[in-house]
Amino acid sequence: MERTDLMELKKAIDLGFRLFSRKYGDAIESFFDPLLFFLVRLEKLLLATPWPIIILVVAILAWLGSRSWKLVAGSAVAFMLIGYFGMWEDTMATVAIITVCTILCIAVGIPIGVLMSKSDRTEKTILPILDMMQTIPSFVYLVPILMLLGIGKVPGLIAVCIYALPPVVRLTNLGIREVDKETLEACDSYGATPFQKLTTVQIPLSLPTIFAGVNQTIMMALAMVVIASMIGVKGLGVPILRAISNQYLALGLMNGLAIVALAIIFDRITQQYGKRMQKHRGIQQK
Amino acid sequence: MEKIKLNNVFKIFGNNAAKILPMVERGATKEEILEQTGHTVGLDNVSLTIQEGETFVCMGLSGSGKSTLIRHINRLIDPTSGEIFVEGTNVMELDKKKLIQFRRHKMSMVFQRFGLFPHKTVIENVAYGLEVQKINLNERNKTAMEKIEAVGLNGFEHQYPNQLSGGMQQRVGLARALATNTNIMLMDEAFSALDPLIRSDMQKQLLDLQSELKKTIVFITHDLDESLRLGDHIGILNDGKLVQVGTPLDIIMNPADDYVKAFVKDVNRVKIIKAKVIMISPEQFESNEEKNPNTVKVSEESFLEEFLPQVCCSPTTVEVVDKKGDIRGYITHNQLSSALTKSDLTL
Repeated sequence: MERTDLMELKKAIDLGFRLFSRKYGDAIESFFDPLLFFLVRLEKLLLATPWPIIILVVAILAWLGSRSWKLVAGSAVAFMLIGYFGMWEDTMATVAIITVCTILCIAVGIPIGVLMSKSDRTEKTILPILDMMQTIPSFVYLVPILMLLGIGKVPGLIAVCIYALPPVVRLTNLGIREVDKETLEACDSYGATPFQKLTTVQIPLSLPTIFAGVNQTIMMALAMVVIASMIGVKGLGVPILRAISNQYLALGLMNGLAIVALAIIFDRITQQYGKRMQKHRGIQQK
Repeated sequence: MEKIKLNNVFKIFGNNAAKILPMVERGATKEEILEQTGHTVGLDNVSLTIQEGETFVCMGLSGSGKSTLIRHINRLIDPTSGEIFVEGTNVMELDKKKLIQFRRHKMSMVFQRFGLFPHKTVIENVAYGLEVQKINLNERNKTAMEKIEAVGLNGFEHQYPNQLSGGMQQRVGLARALATNTNIMLMDEAFSALDPLIRSDMQKQLLDLQSELKKTIVFITHDLDESLRLGDHIGILNDGKLVQVGTPLDIIMNPADDYVKAFVKDVNRVKIIKAKVIMISPEQFESNEEKNPNTVKVSEESFLEEFLPQVCCSPTTVEVVDKKGDIRGYITHNQLSSALTKSDLTL
């Protein structure tokens, strides 16, 4: 293609998208308002709650998930250290966005995964999209999101979700497809409707796999925190960004370690929970 | 009464089954079809009738199409062509909703690898057929407990399937099939995955249950002894074709072709032939034979092996009696010896 033509093409695309965002940007933004409302509320709640209560809640969650005193003690100590080193507020902001993002990914991802498992054609259409979402450099999709929604919490949340959504979709699809064929024949032969089959057998049996997907989604969302902070998401990413531009080694290191601590705590709790789910149901011996 | 009827059922597996059908109808063999078109013939012109209250055993080696056949009866598999009637209803004409109702109320199924739900307890598994019918929890648990007791699993109702042995798991499968109280039971190699002792136990349990319940059972197996023990009628499948249908004795005494002959070659007849099959009527006996003072009473349902030791070594008269104790007929040494030696026993 000629250089001038190429320039024209790029210009045309840019102009087109700009027009699109000028026309529909506000509508799209207001569509995401409930999400923003929920995110802001959660963040305020987390910040307003006295720290001992937050630590207690984390400890209880750790116990419910893993039944391991070590993990409970480890999580409590990690959160105390985070508070001691003055990163409490940023951590709460990060926890809030990760929570909202995970809920959103589960709400969107599991239905998509179910649809994919139902038909090979849907699977073939959606898989390349998932591949793209995971491999395309995140800065590339930050541009259109910024043009549409500007800087703020919602565009950050969407950016995080784009990156974090694929695992839960993939593993839901995989989990449901892996359910034993004879078990499904049993459902059919007793006259279960497709919906009954899904809710009584397919989803319960694939829960451990789906849970592995949720775990991955949380991990990937945490990994996106720094990039999301570039477009206005508060949290542990902000001081890291400052540390990069000003070469503050200690600041970067401390906040980085706080992210690692969060990641390890979330990972262990969800993983142990997933494992216990399998042991109880006795699927792993199959 | 005819319970299940299949008319000229063909099943061809592959992308273009309808196009291949005329070839199969013209009589091309399974190998030819596979070689020329890549399609697999599952069933080749199968027609059969199953009477109410009988156990129909469908036997064949693996790949002969027996599992495909049983799945046509509740339409887990749709035929390429042919008609299937259950209690007079043309199953092929049922829409989705009616098919679901049909499966819920007309028949239940037992699977080779049990097909239990690993995330549900025994009682939840047994109650599954009632759960999908949206029957309330109390009622379905009550029914499920009755069936769990019927198969002798009380005390295990809150265990998960993989905490149980294979035999116990299949009892759960059996209880689940009984719980919906359907008239027809489909059993797909139900006992094939069990070890021989437990298999024999399960066969006995099924016979006991059947003598009370009088369901119509379609039983799939590759084991001749099992089919002879359980079946009122046996159908033998080879490469998707039904090569012979008959009573166990028919099959043993008059095998239709070499395939069936190979099957029945090593059969132990004393284990299969029942007293009532070889007895002669009292009138016939009295006109021809002298009654020996040394008499033995045997039940009409007992197998030769059960009374052979008592009667073979000394001259005896064998009286065959029914459940009430009335004499139904006699067995003489002539009958005994012909049943054990000749292959063309006249019935």
